[in-house]
Parts: sequence; structure tokens; C-alpha cells
Amino acid sequence: MTDAAAVEAAIADTHRREWALVLAATVRVARDLDLAEECVQDAYAAAMESWVRNGVPGNPAAWLTTTAKRRAIDAIRREKALRSRLPLLLEPEEEAGEVTAEESTAQDAEALDHVIPDERLRLIFTCCHPALSPEARVALTLRLACGISTPDIARAFVVSEPTVAARITRAKKKISGARIPYRVPPPVELPERLRAVLAVIHLMFTTGHTAPSGASLVRAELVGRAMRLSRMLLELMPGDTEVRGLYALLLVTDARRATRVDADGRLVRLEDQDRSQWDRTALAEADDMIVGCLRAGPPGRYVLQAAIASLYADAPSYDRTDWPQILAVYDKLQEVWPSPVVALNRAVPLSMVAGPQAALAEVAKLEQGRRLSGYHYLPAIKAELLSRLGRSGEAARAYDQAFALAANETERAFLAEQIADHTFPA
Amino acid sequence: MVQYAVLIYAHDSAHAPDAPAEDTETCDRHSDELQQDGSMVAAYALTPRGMATSISGDAITDGPFVDSKEVVAGFYVIEAPDLDAALAIARLNPVVREGGGVEVRPVHSSFVKAAEQTAT
Repeated sequence: MTDAAAVEAAIADTHRREWALVLAATVRVARDLDLAEECVQDAYAAAMESWVRNGVPGNPAAWLTTTAKRRAIDAIRREKALRSRLPLLLEPEEEAGEVTAEESTAQDAEALDHVIPDERLRLIFTCCHPALSPEARVALTLRLACGISTPDIARAFVVSEPTVAARITRAKKKISGARIPYRVPPPVELPERLRAVLAVIHLMFTTGHTAPSGASLVRAELVGRAMRLSRMLLELMPGDTEVRGLYALLLVTDARRATRVDADGRLVRLEDQDRSQWDRTALAEADDMIVGCLRAGPPGRYVLQAAIASLYADAPSYDRTDWPQILAVYDKLQEVWPSPVVALNRAVPLSMVAGPQAALAEVAKLEQGRRLSGYHYLPAIKAELLSRLGRSGEAARAYDQAFALAANETERAFLAEQIADHTFPA
Repeated sequence: MVQYAVLIYAHDSAHAPDAPAEDTETCDRHSDELQQDGSMVAAYALTPRGMATSISGDAITDGPFVDSKEVVAGFYVIEAPDLDAALAIARLNPVVREGGGVEVRPVHSSFVKAAEQTAT
């Protein structure tokens, strides 16, 4: 007998680390996402009982895979006559391998080490197919690649459970009904399709890093999931600079985790954060990756964003930040990824290089463009620039606008303080 | 193989009843290509929006059903092994680079009367 608590911990750990691996291997046999998911869930449930009795196996992922695959084969045999669902499309050479229930855990362990990395990629590329809505891509990725339950996904994105469930069901239906192939796209399509995958992971991370609503600034679970997915993608596609760039960006951004709010949960501005508390190991790892990416050729969006974040983080103090260099990277970023959000963020280094007045002119242009009309960081940045110019009254009004648009309580509390400070300057 | 319908959205159809051959040349050439490579199952070029009559409830109105910048200018059915392959074929349609676009949808079922050679 093994201690139930120890088994529970081992199961939780395997769930976090190996869910995608086990599911992807099972999909290959089940050829149906729903069936594969059910079988993997059953396998996790069976693990509890079996591992308490027999001990935690040496390779828990292989044990789970074998169990889930057996269940899939049984289910297919049982249901063969009844099944009317369309099987997933696998590439022809993959279909040849007949898998039997007798295939041993040892073989599964072997397979997990060699063949399966590709299987996880198929899973991710299918979840992030551009024929699915962006919301569905995120929900499906969290569900299938991370094994997160529908209620937890609903909580993370602050939408109702039925909404998430409907999104996932609709997406799965479209995958089989419209015959979205279950495969890694061929090289010609890869760059475009990879962008969609990276965007899903990035969105997952940003939603967790600064929660769009709610009391807490951070949704740590989402940040952790995004980091893990990003690392997994890096292991599977180590040669791609944008894959490396995204991972570096997440590392740098998350390295400031400990200092973004104070002991009372209040927002701390970048200039006031205690830099000695930043995760230097993560920053150094990211730095190495960014340098490597920049040497490898013309950088893409994520490499440049990572470079900017890293320039911010590497300065010994806020005052000694290399503003001209950051501004130069922003100019490059605008070339490869023209976006009003990038233009807005560029106003910050611009204000340090050319003064707040020049930056304010840029912000005014974006305000007229109206594409950022619901984005609370626009009036927030504008307010700060006005404040630096000593125009307190106007700053207070801009902070007011930001307050009205912001939905995260931590950010709102910070903005409320700013409104007070600028309305009644000390 | 699965059948996919490709709906062509454009500002208007080039296939006016009296359209000279040069007006429909690009469309026709693309259609010929798909016929030759064997992916085309059926194709229908529709007349311009001015020819359309819509019915909703009891009302009969002049023009396309949805009042929008684009109309369905035509549609065709292709055969492909999966959605990616269908999208790869559909994106070759010249309308995609001429300000319009296409919509791709799996066909559920179909019927065509076995005709004694329709005149074209």
C-alpha cells in the first residue's frame, strides 16, 4: 500500500506534466477526441486505486497511456456497430500501425520517448486551427492540451460554464464535421499556422498575467499553463525563432512576478518595483535566447517583444533604462507587427527620449484612430504624460476615463488613488 | 473524399446575361483549371445582383436577400480529402485577390436532376 496522499500528489503532478502526452497517444488509437478524452480521464481515475495498491509506477505517463489506450480499444470494439461519428483524419502512413491491447507499458514508455512528441504537436495545431473561432481555440487548447476542466476554464476567463462547454462542443463538432485534419501542417502552411498557436499561448499568458477583471491582478493558474505549453512547444520545435521568442517573452515578463503588487495586494509601478526580487535566473535564460534569436536572422514579433521586455528588466534602475534602444526596438516591432497597442506602448520610451509632449501627440493620434477606444491603458498612459507635464486637472480626467474602462480591481484601486492625488495635489 | 461548397462573395457578379467573354474570362479560366485537375464537381455562375429577387414572408423585393457590400456571385462544389486541402483550392479563386472572398462549407447532401443535357 502506498500512502493515498502521495498517490494523489503523483497523479496531480502527472496530470500537470503529461496530460497532453497521454491524450495525444490515446487519440492515435481512439481517432476521436471525445472518446480519447473520456478514456484518459478514466485512466487517471483508475490510477488512484491501482497506485495505492501497487505503488506509483516507474513511468506514470506510460502506465496511463497503456490504460487509456486499452479502454479506447474496448470502447471501439463495443461500439463499432453503433458508431456513426466521423473518425479524425490522420495522415495515411500513421493509420497503418495497428495497435493492440497487448501492447505493453514498456512499449508505450518507448513510444512516448520517440514518436509521441509529434502527436502532441498535432493536438496543439488542431486545437489552434484558424477555422475555429479564437475563443474556441483557447478553450480547446486548455481542455485538450492542458487537461483543464470546463468549470476551471470558465473561471479563468470569467465566462459561464455553459458558454465554455458550448464552445468546446461546437469546435469538436467542426473538427470532425468539416474534416479539419488532425496533423501538423506541411511546411508551406506552417508559419501561418504556427502564428495562430503562438497567439493562443500568448493570450492565455496575458489573460493570466494581468487579469482583465476580478479582484486579483494575476491568475496564476493560467500563467503557469501558458508557461508550460510554451516550454513544451519549445521542446518540440526548438529550431523556430518565434517559438523561442515567445518563451523568452513569457520568462522575462513572469520574472517580475514577486514585485508587481505589494504585501497588501496593491499595484506597484515598474519604476517602484524592487529589482533585487526579480528572478535573475529566468532573466539570464531569456537573455541568452533573445541574443541567439537576434543573431539567427530578421526577428519576428515575439523576439522583438521579448527584447523590449528584457531591455526594461536588465536596467539597474528605472532611471538608467536604455530608452533610445527600447525606442529603436519598438520602431522595428512596428514594422513587423503594426498594431495600435504597439504604437501606444511605444509612447512610453518616446516620452523618455523626446519628452512627454511628443509622446502625448502620438497618443492623441491613436485616440482619434478610435481603434483603442475601449482600452484603458490609453487614457492611463495619457494621464501619466499629462501628470509629468504638470497638467494635473487634465491628468485626473484621463485617469477617470481609465478607471471607467478598467475592470480589474487591483488596477482600479491604483487608478482611484491617482485620481485622488491629481484632483487634490499635495 | 469530402465535398465542399465554395460560395463566391464579390461586389457583384461579372456574369451579366449579355456579358462579353472578356468580362468573365478570369472566372472561366479558373473554372477550367479546377475541371481539368479533377477537383470540381459542379459549378454555377450567377447573374448580377440586379437580377435578384428576394422573398421574405409575404413580401417580394428587388435585390439580394442580404443587403450588403458583397453578394453571392456564384458557387461551386469541389472534392477534397480534408478542410485544409479544400481551403488550399478555394484560396486560388481570383476573387480572393480582387477585394472579395470565398466561404467554404462541407456539403451535407445534394441532388441534381439527371438532365437530358442542359443547354449552356
